[in-house]
Amino acid sequence: MRRSFVSVEGIARRFPGPRGGPAQTVFENVWFGIEEGEFVCLIGHSGCGKTTILNILAGLDRASEGAVVVAGREIDGPSLDRAVIFQSHALLPWLTAEENIAFAVRSRHPDWSRAQVAAECRRWIDLVGLSAAAGKKPAQLSGGMKQRVGIARALSVRPKILLMDEPFSALDALTRGTLQDEVNRIVAETKLTAFMITHDVDEAILLADRILLMTNGPNAKIAEVVVNTLPRPRTRHDVHHLPGYAELRNHILDFLVDRSKRLAETMPSGWDPRSIPEVRPAVPA
Amino acid sequence: MRAARPFASLALSFLLLAIFVGVWQLSSLTPRGGEATVDPEYAALVGAAAATGGQTPFPSPLEVGARILEHLADPFYVRGTNDQGIGVQLAYSLGRVLAGYGIAALVAIPLGFVIGMSPLLYGALNPFIQVLRPISPLAWMPLALYTIKDSAVSSIFVIFICSVWPMLINTAFGVASVRREWLNVARTLECSTLRTAFRVILPAAAPTIMTGMRISIGIAWLVIVAAEMLVGGTGIGYFVWNQWNNLSLADIVTAILVIGLVGMVLDQLLAMATRAVSYQE
Ligand SMILES: Nc1ncnc2c1ncn2[C@@H]1O[C@H](COP(=O)(O)OP(=O)(O)O)[C@@H](O)[C@H]1O
Ligand SMILES: [Mg+2]
Repeated sequence: MRRSFVSVEGIARRFPGPRGGPAQTVFENVWFGIEEGEFVCLIGHSGCGKTTILNILAGLDRASEGAVVVAGREIDGPSLDRAVIFQSHALLPWLTAEENIAFAVRSRHPDWSRAQVAAECRRWIDLVGLSAAAGKKPAQLSGGMKQRVGIARALSVRPKILLMDEPFSALDALTRGTLQDEVNRIVAETKLTAFMITHDVDEAILLADRILLMTNGPNAKIAEVVVNTLPRPRTRHDVHHLPGYAELRNHILDFLVDRSKRLAETMPSGWDPRSIPEVRPAVPA
Repeated sequence: MRAARPFASLALSFLLLAIFVGVWQLSSLTPRGGEATVDPEYAALVGAAAATGGQTPFPSPLEVGARILEHLADPFYVRGTNDQGIGVQLAYSLGRVLAGYGIAALVAIPLGFVIGMSPLLYGALNPFIQVLRPISPLAWMPLALYTIKDSAVSSIFVIFICSVWPMLINTAFGVASVRREWLNVARTLECSTLRTAFRVILPAAAPTIMTGMRISIGIAWLVIVAAEMLVGGTGIGYFVWNQWNNLSLADIVTAILVIGLVGMVLDQLLAMATRAVSYQE
């Protein structure tokens, strides 16, 4: 079988049980792949193990079993090729917006001169529209601006893969929409491979090529892969007018409201974790 | 708390000071009653005349003021080992404090860093720290004098031992409680251990470390006076003890004021440094 660019192969994550009790399995036997240049979203309820999966992909956490293979090589810890946009933005509060980005640029290019680093920082600051706030500390920035710095910092190392853990969930709807459009544009322009965790169905439909649906934990499973057949380029303004949008949205909502809970108890017979069923709700049958 | 008006506070401060000095001056004008009854042991210790207070009444503010002016006029004279200017004595004390405190910082901050980064070491060294920390630094003095055989170095050692704990504990705590997500940022950027230590952990823990350093300098300045009273020779603590033997209360009051002012300056310097490295999350 051909391997995907990012290939998640039978990973499990267990935490020691409380007071020496039996180990708690967050998930086990998880298999999925991400193709090069593809945008994949993972949707599931709180606590099912989404962040844990993303941290394993980032190399910040280790799987108890199984492996993650990127471009043919098993990952072994974090890498500059896999950038993370953290939910809580995770900016270093003693550095200005520009210095936060410079910290990342210098990590990628330790041999660059001060002027080269400054020029690169400028480029990313302008790209995410932060020119006026470059010299400010994170505490002086709004939530949206902080996340812009987080995006610029992640992209400034020119990663091959962009990992995002609910990057916009703490933002107001208006800011969230603007940033979604920007991430959509940048990822398309730079042909990045992207993996994003989200709670937001509309966000997933706007951004993702495929959407992984995860059942409730413990022992969470990826029950189904929804293929997003809506044509690109998509924008926030037109995506909900596209034919098939309603079917797609309803299918995912149905899963979140009802099936994620039912499927957590029993998966349908014939369900194989190694080849998860793909559905195309937006294509008329 | 409502923001206080600085001018009003300052005016009130001066008023309180004026009242205090005024009451002090008035009470030193009233003639003293007959011979006070005195504990005979105390009389033997300080001499009968001093004990009754007959010869050296408590100085009035005017007398103390005159003494202060004399000291200020010539703070750095040296007229033999037992008669040196208050500035010279202060310099001795400050030198010892800075030496002991400096060595303590050089030991405590790197060690605290290592302890803070290693839960194993944290657990292993914590019992020792908890037992050693509450020991009064002066209790080490006999051991120090016995092993070091030099009173000046012994006082430096005592300063070292009293200022090392707050810096050690605060550094370890500050380093151990650096936010996980900041460390994760460094990891995803493939920062080396050294770069993570200096560019992420150190700035993140700096306010906590500086707070420890501020506590330490306060303790060191408290302890140096007592240590110098104990070992004698030089220093502001010895100066106080010596003036007590000379029954020169005006000199003692002057020294007390100077000790307070220097302590305040040291504390404010560290407070400024703390503000310089603090950040808002
Ligand atoms: N360090 C840990 N120790 C024990 N349990 C943990 C730890 N981290 C996460 N978990 C558990 O793993 C589950 C999944 O967590 P997480 O991946 O954060 O979920 P999600 O991101 O989907 O909300 C949760 O039930 C949580 O309690
Ligand atoms: Mg999460």
